Amino acid sequence: MLNCYHCDLPVLPSTDYKVHIKGEDRPMCCPGCQAVAQAIVDNGLENFYQFRTEKSRNPQQALDDVLESLPLYDRPELQKDFVKSEAGQLRQASLILEGIVCAACVWLSERHVMSLPGVTEFRVNYSTRRATVKWDDDRIHLSDILKAITAIGYIAHPFDPSRQEKIQKQERSKALRKLAVAGLGAMQVMMLAVAMYAGEAQGMDSDLRHFMRWVSLVICMPVVFYSAATFFISAWRDLRYRQLGMDVPVSLAIGSAFLASVWATIYDTGAVYFDSVTMFTFFLLSGRYLEMMARHRAGQAAEELVRLLPVTATRVIDGLEEVVSAAELQVDDMVRIKPGETVPADGVIVEGSSSVDESLLTGESVPVTRLPGNDLIGGSVNAESPLLMRIVKVGEDTVLSSIVRLLDRAQTEKPKLAQVADRVAGWFVGIILILAGLVAFYWWQHQPEQAFWITLSVLVVTCPCALSLATPAALVAATGQLTRKGLLITRGHALETLAKATHVIFDKTGTLTHGRLKLQEVISLSGVTKTELLNIAAAVESGSEHPIARAIIEAAVDKKTASKMHATTGCGIEAEVNGKLYRVGKPDYVADLNGQTVTHDCLRQAKTVIALADESEPLALFVLNDVIREDAQETVTAIKDKGISVSLLSGDRQVVVDSVADKLGIQDALASMLPAQKLQHIQALQKRGEVVVMVGDGVNDAPVLAAAQVSIAMGEGSQIAHASADMVLLSEQLPHIVDGITMSRRTLIVIRQNLAWALVYNLVALPMAAMGLVAPWMAAIGMSLSSLLVVVNALRLTYE
Amino acid sequence: MNILYLLIPIGVLFLGAAIWLFIWTVRSGQYEDLEGPAYRILMDDDDPKIPGNEKKDEKQKEE
Repeated sequence: MLNCYHCDLPVLPSTDYKVHIKGEDRPMCCPGCQAVAQAIVDNGLENFYQFRTEKSRNPQQALDDVLESLPLYDRPELQKDFVKSEAGQLRQASLILEGIVCAACVWLSERHVMSLPGVTEFRVNYSTRRATVKWDDDRIHLSDILKAITAIGYIAHPFDPSRQEKIQKQERSKALRKLAVAGLGAMQVMMLAVAMYAGEAQGMDSDLRHFMRWVSLVICMPVVFYSAATFFISAWRDLRYRQLGMDVPVSLAIGSAFLASVWATIYDTGAVYFDSVTMFTFFLLSGRYLEMMARHRAGQAAEELVRLLPVTATRVIDGLEEVVSAAELQVDDMVRIKPGETVPADGVIVEGSSSVDESLLTGESVPVTRLPGNDLIGGSVNAESPLLMRIVKVGEDTVLSSIVRLLDRAQTEKPKLAQVADRVAGWFVGIILILAGLVAFYWWQHQPEQAFWITLSVLVVTCPCALSLATPAALVAATGQLTRKGLLITRGHALETLAKATHVIFDKTGTLTHGRLKLQEVISLSGVTKTELLNIAAAVESGSEHPIARAIIEAAVDKKTASKMHATTGCGIEAEVNGKLYRVGKPDYVADLNGQTVTHDCLRQAKTVIALADESEPLALFVLNDVIREDAQETVTAIKDKGISVSLLSGDRQVVVDSVADKLGIQDALASMLPAQKLQHIQALQKRGEVVVMVGDGVNDAPVLAAAQVSIAMGEGSQIAHASADMVLLSEQLPHIVDGITMSRRTLIVIRQNLAWALVYNLVALPMAAMGLVAPWMAAIGMSLSSLLVVVNALRLTYE
Repeated sequence: MNILYLLIPIGVLFLGAAIWLFIWTVRSGQYEDLEGPAYRILMDDDDPKIPGNEKKDEKQKEE
């Protein structure tokens, strides 16, 4: 089998797309790849094919839909959200690039865009897949730049960096600066500390020791007042809200150790703890830095899913059509909806009739017929023929908005699980403070001059470094591992909660199934071969956007051409192929052509069946079905093996739901559920104490996703589903959910081990410190080792 | 050992310089993309086929 030189998909033998690259004709699988490859060669960038380490993505689906909406980006009212104007006509925007798979893609897109006249800067960040573009608006428009990027096979859409990313960038660089000050400071102080320890053993000139203490104090100052300021500020905030967070003992340890050391330095008595203070600050800051990086990376990936792409609409005024953004539409506007387009708002059909795919909203996989006078719901997709619609509701009043409101409510009512670390931290802090108080009181009674130093060593020794690293280190390791697999975690609590899941609920359409019809079987009723029948049917259907037509065309091998096509909405299509008249469509409609009714077993089953006939006899039946994902069975079994119950909730018809549930072995399957009913069902389960995981993809799932303790949205699902989910399954591979559960359980075990170790260490060290047996250097080494152990233990999660 | 009274303060000055340098690298965004530059250097920018590069050396032939 020949594979496409550009995207590596198989090339159908009947096609002949070629591009001359690097001295040879290379096979291409589709016109899309051909156009992209040709554009690359024409711009002298064919070295791309030599540099790249991954095959490119197939550009086909992207081209048409995207190109049409690009000119909208030139409108000032849309540009004000994401374009920064500079001197003269110079403009700057940030873009998210889709389809960047290897470093050569960066090279290709940079070369190509920079060669456009009027573009002054174009830089791609390979780690984040973001680009900044600067251009002169007199010479080139943003839409031309985006078009150029589309021409070489990538999709670029502008995003508004000020929303989140700018803040994150500042946060990152601030954290990095604090980390650097603490790290470099800690090294220097440690160096002096080692000298002082050695001096303790070998004898050291007291002047020199005093001098070294002063130098340590000077180096320690920026670490405490700049780097550690984070802890002091958040501890103060905790105290104001009468909470005992992790930062309270941290600040107490840093603050008291520093003050005591300053006292000791000035009066040249006692011991100094500058090394502990700086090391402790450095360790804690690095833990938090890693945690923040993981959070930001997840946030960036999530942002990629929420596109700024305007939903466009074709408005008709006095017979003239113009493309506008959907937000500009008003009630009573007339809108033309072409096949394949999304209905921009709620309205009524004025002219035309078509099948409309409402699966996004209802979960129903087969499109429904809509005639003049019928309602159209915004967000559904026109599948068949052009429609003219009068808008009845826009904005807040639409069905889509009401689902969003349901979502908001569900989110606020979501039950929360207390997190292990927070709970432990609370009482740990309390106990330490009480003990420190008791120790101080005891020594005050017996040896007042020792009381301060011993209390201090209690605080330093019990320094909750390991404890405060225990959870973040494990979560960072597990999150990174799962993200690499394609299960993106967008909310921090998700992993801990997932480990405790008792019930997994799946949506059907788009989750357990692929969400689109596929040809399952061809039943030949005459002597003609199945392939030939399929080819004829594909030819007749070739002009249609209907999902059934798409499925048949996809399955056909060789494409014939048809003429005199005539579609009857909701019934089927009539056309001539090779001079013979054929009909494809509903069995009744097809039977009208020759007067012979077909009877077959498959017509009584819960499947979509269409017929093919010519003027003399019925020829074939095609059985189509929303195909269950290949890995669904395996996933359901694996989840059950983990002792978790599985249910299926769907908005689809009972028969369809039952047949899917039967095949996958799900006993608990509920059909014809509205979003509100699904929500009630989940809340009822939660009242019984179940920890519910919901896996879904559509708009209708969004409120349920928000209500479940852990929600997983499919990568190809709707934006609103992504926004309400705790995890996004970017890989679209259901078994990764099982991996997620396994990983979350392992993470919880590691967190518990880490917490246990931190507590054991403290239990041993505390009595010794309380008795006055721990020297400052012992405290410092013990602290470092216990932190190191916790981090190494967490890193185990990154290995399988 | 008197030299230590001079050397240690010099060490502290170096520390200050190192911190200043690091902060400068952070400010100029050198930690924003840690993967890209490693590949960037490998890519050929002076291919004569790229528009604008025609006048450059002809002896740089394709392999």
